[in-house]
Amino acid sequence: MILDDYDKVSEWSAKYIRRRILDFDPGPEKFFTLGLPTGSTPLGTYKKLIEFHKAGKVSFKYVKTFNMDEYVGLPRDHPESYHTFMWENFFKHIDIDPQNAHILDGNAADTTKECEEYERKISEAGGIELFVGGIGPDGHIAFNEPGSSLVSRTRIKTLAQDTIIANARFFGGDLSKVPKQALTVGVGTVMDAKEVMILITGAHKSFALHKAIEEGVNHMWTVSAFQQHPKSIFVCDEDATLELKVKTVRYFKDLMNLHNQMIAEK
Amino acid sequence: MSSKGPIYQYVNCKLLRNHELVKEDLWVRDGIILNPEKVFFDERVAADTQIDCKGAIISAGFIDIQINGAFGVDFSADVDTIEDGVQKVAEGLLAHGVTSFCPTLVTSPKEIYTQIVPKVKKKNGSKDGAGILGLHLEGPFINKEKKGAHNELYIQTLENGFSDVMDTYTSLEDVAIVTLAPELDNSGMVIQELVNRGITVSVGNKPGHSKANLVQGELAVKQGASTITHLFNAMLPFHHRDPGLIGLLTSKMLPEDKTVYYGLISDGIHTHPAALRIAYRIHPEGMVLVTDAIPAMGLPQGQHHIGSQLIEIKDRGKRAVIAGTETLCGRFVTLILSTCCEHIPFLTIHCGKVFALEAATLHPAQVLGITDKKGTLDYYTEADFVILNDQLRVMATYIAGERVWGQSNLETVISRSDSMTDSAETRW
Repeated sequence: MILDDYDKVSEWSAKYIRRRILDFDPGPEKFFTLGLPTGSTPLGTYKKLIEFHKAGKVSFKYVKTFNMDEYVGLPRDHPESYHTFMWENFFKHIDIDPQNAHILDGNAADTTKECEEYERKISEAGGIELFVGGIGPDGHIAFNEPGSSLVSRTRIKTLAQDTIIANARFFGGDLSKVPKQALTVGVGTVMDAKEVMILITGAHKSFALHKAIEEGVNHMWTVSAFQQHPKSIFVCDEDATLELKVKTVRYFKDLMNLHNQMIAEK
Repeated sequence: MSSKGPIYQYVNCKLLRNHELVKEDLWVRDGIILNPEKVFFDERVAADTQIDCKGAIISAGFIDIQINGAFGVDFSADVDTIEDGVQKVAEGLLAHGVTSFCPTLVTSPKEIYTQIVPKVKKKNGSKDGAGILGLHLEGPFINKEKKGAHNELYIQTLENGFSDVMDTYTSLEDVAIVTLAPELDNSGMVIQELVNRGITVSVGNKPGHSKANLVQGELAVKQGASTITHLFNAMLPFHHRDPGLIGLLTSKMLPEDKTVYYGLISDGIHTHPAALRIAYRIHPEGMVLVTDAIPAMGLPQGQHHIGSQLIEIKDRGKRAVIAGTETLCGRFVTLILSTCCEHIPFLTIHCGKVFALEAATLHPAQVLGITDKKGTLDYYTEADFVILNDQLRVMATYIAGERVWGQSNLETVISRSDSMTDSAETRW
């Protein structure tokens, strides 16, 4: 999907998530499982979903969520923790049952066990119905930094130097305060989802989008793995297409009429 | 979690928190304000009941650290009925958003202190009335030459030091604040001793009956005094070569981490709006809104007694003077009919909503050193709060999470869980 700008991307993706939840028709015996990202890209999507929720157009009562990642060793209530992000930007505004909102515990004594448990919880929930993700300018999905195995599972990862430098702005510019490790779902974990939706916005992500869809699957651009996913969708804005071939852009734009039917009101 | 009570979530409201009005929900359980993020991730439970506040403002409950009486009750005179009197005022204050207060005695004969001080006990607030934080004893250790509405006959010195204090008050157990004049001999050791016992010492006094110069004021602050009673009122006129106690607001001679607080009657009469703005601009964090309410609060025009003096309410409650004279009695006018209803809106015009509310909540709590329990909506403090409309009029008052005053149709319960208790049900 190629939308005009960030706001349109947010709206389209939120409508798509809502459509999928409604079509699934979740209930006490049948939960919809949603994989969720953090970061600036999905913020607009969360805002739209909250708007829909407040307007009574979607409920998360029978939705289980699994977040992609969390820093290791950062206090849970630190302003930059992904727990805080999810609470402030999504969970506190919606009607999800706290029992059903899963985020990796970066402070677990045994991180290996924590990661194994996480995989087990995902399986027990029946796998992820829809995994939503964003990517970094280097094409990483979750904290699956360049070079990560494309069949990886949930595990502890050391952050790439670029990521640490990029994140320093959230920690007062102090590199020493940036967590150096994170727990993250693996590329394989996301690949197992029945459906994957990747959000990509901004010119600074355009080269990553090019690598993701116009070249071969490459573990140095981990998001490219989703070329082989049977049901994956990339939602991007015009700026993010700057590095794509005109031919590629035209092809997908021609498909948009068809794709827009996927979010149509019923 | 079975031992814990139901969780109430007040939604669709603006909270006064961290010096701003924020669109947040207020979570309360067992009389304590909760951190909802911890409830979500640690306890993994949702609120039992959500209450729709329809866009109202929620602030911590008001704290009045200087109130001499109200509803015809005079704390400094009604010796025989003092317990009932305090109770009557405590109950009446709920409608004004006051969730705790310091009953205040003006300068009185010694036997008044002897009889009244032991009878007024600290008490938690409830449906029966606002909490009592301890007495505020104004005088009798003030200055004879600047006495305002205090009766000169009863003014005492501190020539025997702390024993004069104990002699007069008999007990300090339920005393929260003592106002005295720092220029009295021996005041330094008395201040230190009071502060050691956890009592807030305020200088100047009632309508500022102190002619202390700045150096004496600074010394008093270094010895532990933290507050100025009634800024401006009946203090010495401001003089540029010796600014007197007012100079404490800008003094460079005080420890840097020390905030000097000052009580101000913000009714537009006792303090000229321009004077109020002067105080606000030079030292906003120290301003404490006091009503200095008098027994006449809520009473009709005519003569009433305060302490052992007659005062007269004139101009349909706009002015109170010492009977037979034109001398303004500090704590009169507006009849303080409302700490909040009258004074806060006035202060709002000059200083903004957030500041006006903090001057009646956070700042008085800081004066008493009780911010870990009261004065804010911070997590894990006591759930004493008021629901206000946009004009800051009190719509409902809560103490320890329980509604103690207000109309029941203001908010709507929008959901409740199966586990909701009967007691919660009856509240609505």
